[in-house]
Amino acid sequence: MTTTTPGPVQQTSLVFVGMPKFPTAAREALANTQQRRNLRHATHTIRDKRARVVAEVPEWEALRVAGAEAKDEALAHLGDYLEQLEASLTANGATVHWARDAAEANAIVLGIVRDQQVDEVVKVKSMATQEIELNEALEAAGVNAWETDLAELIVQLGHDRPSHILVPAIHRNRSEVRDIFRREMAAVGRPAPEDLTDEPARLAEAARLHLREKFLRAKVAVSGANFAVAETGTLVVVESEGNGRMCLTLPETLVTVVGIEKVLPRWDDLAPMLQLLPRSSTGERMNPYTTMWSGAHDGDGPQDVHVVLLDNGRSHVLADRVGRQALRCIRCSACLNVCPVYERTGGHAYGSVYPGPIGAVLNPQLRGTTSEVDKSLPYASSLCGACFDACPVRIDIPELLVELRGRVVEQEGRTAESAAMAAAAWVLSDPKRLAAAQRAATTAGRVIGGRTVRAVPGLGAWTDARDVPTPPTETFRQWWARERGQGSR
Amino acid sequence: MSALARPGTDLRVALFATCFNDTMWPDTLKATVRLLERLGCTVEFPQAQTCCGQMLTNTGYGAKALPLVRRFVDVFEGYDAVVAPSGSCVGSVRHQHRGIVELAGDDRLASRVEHTVPKVLELSELLVDVLGVTDVGAWFPHRVTYHPTCHSLRMLRVGDRPLQLLRAVRGIDLVELPGATECCGFGGTFAMKNADVSVAMGSDKARAVVGTGAEVLVAGDNSCLAHIGGILGRQRAGVRHLHLAEVLASTEEDPA
Repeated sequence: MTTTTPGPVQQTSLVFVGMPKFPTAAREALANTQQRRNLRHATHTIRDKRARVVAEVPEWEALRVAGAEAKDEALAHLGDYLEQLEASLTANGATVHWARDAAEANAIVLGIVRDQQVDEVVKVKSMATQEIELNEALEAAGVNAWETDLAELIVQLGHDRPSHILVPAIHRNRSEVRDIFRREMAAVGRPAPEDLTDEPARLAEAARLHLREKFLRAKVAVSGANFAVAETGTLVVVESEGNGRMCLTLPETLVTVVGIEKVLPRWDDLAPMLQLLPRSSTGERMNPYTTMWSGAHDGDGPQDVHVVLLDNGRSHVLADRVGRQALRCIRCSACLNVCPVYERTGGHAYGSVYPGPIGAVLNPQLRGTTSEVDKSLPYASSLCGACFDACPVRIDIPELLVELRGRVVEQEGRTAESAAMAAAAWVLSDPKRLAAAQRAATTAGRVIGGRTVRAVPGLGAWTDARDVPTPPTETFRQWWARERGQGSR
Repeated sequence: MSALARPGTDLRVALFATCFNDTMWPDTLKATVRLLERLGCTVEFPQAQTCCGQMLTNTGYGAKALPLVRRFVDVFEGYDAVVAPSGSCVGSVRHQHRGIVELAGDDRLASRVEHTVPKVLELSELLVDVLGVTDVGAWFPHRVTYHPTCHSLRMLRVGDRPLQLLRAVRGIDLVELPGATECCGFGGTFAMKNADVSVAMGSDKARAVVGTGAEVLVAGDNSCLAHIGGILGRQRAGVRHLHLAEVLASTEEDPA
């Protein structure tokens, strides 16, 4: 380990401050019938596609191991690889900036934009810039940031928040998209056609025409990166639409904000990653556009290339023996698509740009567990294990959730729950105490007889929608003693 | 199965009852005993046993589970085979006991845990892998659908062993459950802490069960069955639920 002291956690962001705890936000989301239907359809479609293309790869498990190992190697010597990345990028003609937190990163980007004397930038879909709320920071400084990924455009035009890592508008269906385009496009550029329908081709065409003028006009682009290769100083963006390629090649200035965990030691490490990522995320064998650039090159693409290396809580996570595996995440969102909880609540209930199972383990580590939502996220899972099976870099999300639950318990100290659990532990650690406690159940069983129990005081969370199993009149332990005597130990 | 096939002869098996089944579902345990003895096994019930500690561990009280893990090892380390009719509790023993002891830094206990936990099997694992049977001589003339519980599926990887066993039951009309591998939403304390999401998941599962036209829902974990069954019961859906062990123990002379 090159990192010796854990860095600070993230500051609570303005967008998500005051988010209610997950169960409260989830209750509202569950009642949104349109969203439930949209999410069910979309998650099952991607889930099935992913399962099909993963099943075609006989060495999938070996690829997962290779992906996890490349990430673990990078994380084990992160300081060294970041310095190597900086040296390679600088040698290639890029300018490297270091940002401890969101405020520093936003200030760096804004400084570069101001140097170019422009009041707008085009953006490639990027989780890191969502995380630091760059658009909001630029807007506050009078700079328009135009999202060019189709789904991000839908979210931005709808004054909405992303609800999925890969498909941020997954909670919207096409007729809602049509309404947003017709209502909002005119205010920020080329309007949607009057006769726009909800056919996917027509919607894509409207977005294409709306974005085209922005691509051709923009002097500055802002992106993230899926991978950053230390050995060669190469940044990689993997995408489907080609809008990213437009941003990465047309403008004169390109600023890329990269989380420090995105570094890969060697060029060859891209081999497993570029097989794992598309199959896990969109369920495609290979994504349509992979753009790689190593600094600036005369007469080819942006001449003024900046890279902002972002910590923002990552070194805090890195210092944790169990928790650091979450930094392997390549933001494929396979865990979201297979998650039965996410499928029903959608992403907004998680109170972060990182929703779903990975969000439930990443946010409480990046942001700490002081807020209501972050405290509740480790419990926002039935521990069904589908996320671990789907994860291309083998992040044991259920194990991490249990670990984080332990930390929340420790932090909260004495509560009604901890008293109940201490009592349960006391009863369960001794067979005589357990037998005594069981007598309460069998007494209840005798009183209830064969009747169905539909309400129990204090158990409303269960009985509101579920009958209660009727206790028996005799436990197994009693039956065994009666039938078989004490013969067995 | 012929009346003489007793592949369990000479096998001494310790029954890990699990605290939940012991207290709430003794019929499942009696069925397990009946079934294993029918197959020739000698079943013992070590009465000093209590609980695997899963509820504590998964709610964030792993340190409090340490005495339970120690007791588990004290009670069961001397047996060659330990069986429990619960994928979830066996999953906790095989996948969580090591971590609890490691965290406590008790090396001696850790090596005893290492020695003990691989011998702890879920019922279908014992039947198919150790006894080598799929036809256990059961009779159950009903329309049945089977829900594979998450921990049996993704922690223990029991695969289709329970289905192999069910397919061999005489008289059974076994129908596939759509979306079978999706979680029912029980999830231990998740069912209380996130009751709304839990019920939303359970309702979808219940709908899939009803859609099969089955009269009996079968699974290897009574906790999941209590959740799905609690919803089906509230809906007066006309579907009852039964543990796998009870179906496999059922015979013409002693039907479930």
